[in-house]
Amino acid sequence: MAAVTGASAAAPRGRTAGARARRHRRLRVLAFLSPWLIGFTLFFGYPLLATVYFSFTRYDLFNLEYVGLTNYRYLFGDQDARRSMLNTLWLVTLMVPLRVLFGLGAAQLLAHLKRGGGLFRSIFYLPYLVPPVSATVAFVFVLNPGTGPVDHLADLAGIPLPDWFNDPDWSKPGLALLGLWAVGDVMIILLAAVLDVPRQLYEAAEIDGAGPWQRFRHITLPTVSPVLAFAAVTGVIQTLQYFTQAMVAGKVAAGQSDQPGTQLAPGYPGGSTLTFPQYLYDEGFRQFNMGYACVLALLLFAVAMLFTLLLLRQFHSFADGEAS
Amino acid sequence: MTGTAARALTRTAARALTRTATAPAGGRPRRGPGGPRGRRALLWVAAHAVAIALSLMFLAPLLFMFLTAVMSDEQTLSGDLWPAHWQWGNFTEVLSGDMARWLGNSLLYAVLGTLFMLLSSVPVAYALARFRFRGRKVAFVLVITTMMLPPQITVVPLYIVWARFELTGTLWPLILPLLFGDAFSIFLLRQFLVTIPRDYADAARVDGCGEFTTMVRVVLPMARPALAAVALFQFFYCWNDYYGPLVYAKPDAWPLAVGIATFRAAHNVEWNLTMAATLLTVLPVIVVFLLAQRVFVQGITLTGVKG
Repeated sequence: MAAVTGASAAAPRGRTAGARARRHRRLRVLAFLSPWLIGFTLFFGYPLLATVYFSFTRYDLFNLEYVGLTNYRYLFGDQDARRSMLNTLWLVTLMVPLRVLFGLGAAQLLAHLKRGGGLFRSIFYLPYLVPPVSATVAFVFVLNPGTGPVDHLADLAGIPLPDWFNDPDWSKPGLALLGLWAVGDVMIILLAAVLDVPRQLYEAAEIDGAGPWQRFRHITLPTVSPVLAFAAVTGVIQTLQYFTQAMVAGKVAAGQSDQPGTQLAPGYPGGSTLTFPQYLYDEGFRQFNMGYACVLALLLFAVAMLFTLLLLRQFHSFADGEAS
Repeated sequence: MTGTAARALTRTAARALTRTATAPAGGRPRRGPGGPRGRRALLWVAAHAVAIALSLMFLAPLLFMFLTAVMSDEQTLSGDLWPAHWQWGNFTEVLSGDMARWLGNSLLYAVLGTLFMLLSSVPVAYALARFRFRGRKVAFVLVITTMMLPPQITVVPLYIVWARFELTGTLWPLILPLLFGDAFSIFLLRQFLVTIPRDYADAARVDGCGEFTTMVRVVLPMARPALAAVALFQFFYCWNDYYGPLVYAKPDAWPLAVGIATFRAAHNVEWNLTMAATLLTVLPVIVVFLLAQRVFVQGITLTGVKG
């Protein structure tokens, strides 16, 4: 500082003023970002590192013991972990594509309706707004064998329906059905994409004699495919954390209560609805195997991160475009 | 690409040829029931039939929920579809129980959570949209990453910390973090704020406004639809949240979502009361959405974005 003031008068003053302005600007950025900077550090950065640390320990909230790789080794022989992974995999590989396809079909249908399109759009979207817990309770009741209205109607029509949430073979299809009912989120982004397809392309194709299927196959599908990919990847990430519906369906179907101490193992019937996040919850907060739960959390992190990176690559192009 | 174009071209040519061959010279093509208009009408009917059928399927669970909610307990087990007599008292009976406390907890979580989220996320989104600084892109990517990653990843250490502060058992471990920005809201707001022309903010700055004043007085009023949207999403998120309260809250602090899930077991399988309680959880969300749809539209027309 002293050397600077000792030099010629005009230039250094300009430089210090510039430095001050720059520092002022930097402080301003910090001030605006501060809530998130603190939040990111406290509620993401720290717990992520702590998860790694706890994964090498045995911890039940009272006694902490370093156990090295024991938790990791346990994972390989853990049948329940395997089962929960397979259940989550079932949902990811079957429910996600079904939702995307059904969402696309519904969007395509809505795009073609000229009269009443707005009303139908609202009705198709409505189930997505129903809170997941309420929707699940309603579904278990409506499909309930013997007393459920849908089961009753199917009975009258002579269509045999499975036991859904009381049958290990049908509980996951029941959850998939619930996912299809609440397809609104996927449908609405696909509808926007379908409506964005330039009309001239369709008109040109119609002049060419392309039928509805050909128009869909050669014009709609290629144009909306980036959005389809987006819906699929976000769908996978959401389904990796699939918890609420599976937990509530099992609980309501089994008639279990949530009173502390009376909690039963999740996954009714027969572990068929035990998803990976549910297993993590069970290990961490019912069995209080905090260390082992952290191993499961890191595994979930690795898989979710993989799909997040896929998604970020899609984001990248437009984030760059807007950064200028 | 060129291959497809070439194929399309040859198809056009072939089509043009066949048309001249079959169409009667000078005459307009006949539009019988099998013609293009007939087929179009058929498609119209088919599309609407499918749409109506789908609508019925989408609405049926809600309708059954309502019809069951006003039945007597015995009738719910009969498989009847229509209530024999309308038992409106089910709703008041449900509300006189634990439901009132759950409702209070849900409102506390959703209202405070939304308020805190707005206070903390708006400046962050503003900075990411307006300021140029080193690490801006990295910050944005980190926001998207935290938005996508499952909450289960960090839940164990966070629980341990909240337990040390003796806040487990309450909803505060879910409400307080919202004072420090919510990734999804930051992302959404930032996407909206970058679309507001810089000129407005620059004009305010020329008038001698500081950055904070510019944000509050000039930019935020224009962002009202986006603010309404993120507030609504946050409110719904808190209202619907089951995982968070299940981990942290004791029965005293349970919100509706957790209460509803245990309702059937606690009430000896009284489906009519269970459905009444469930319906009361669904209604506010639908009402808020229907009201807010108007707020969105109003917000868009009120902003100066259109010039």
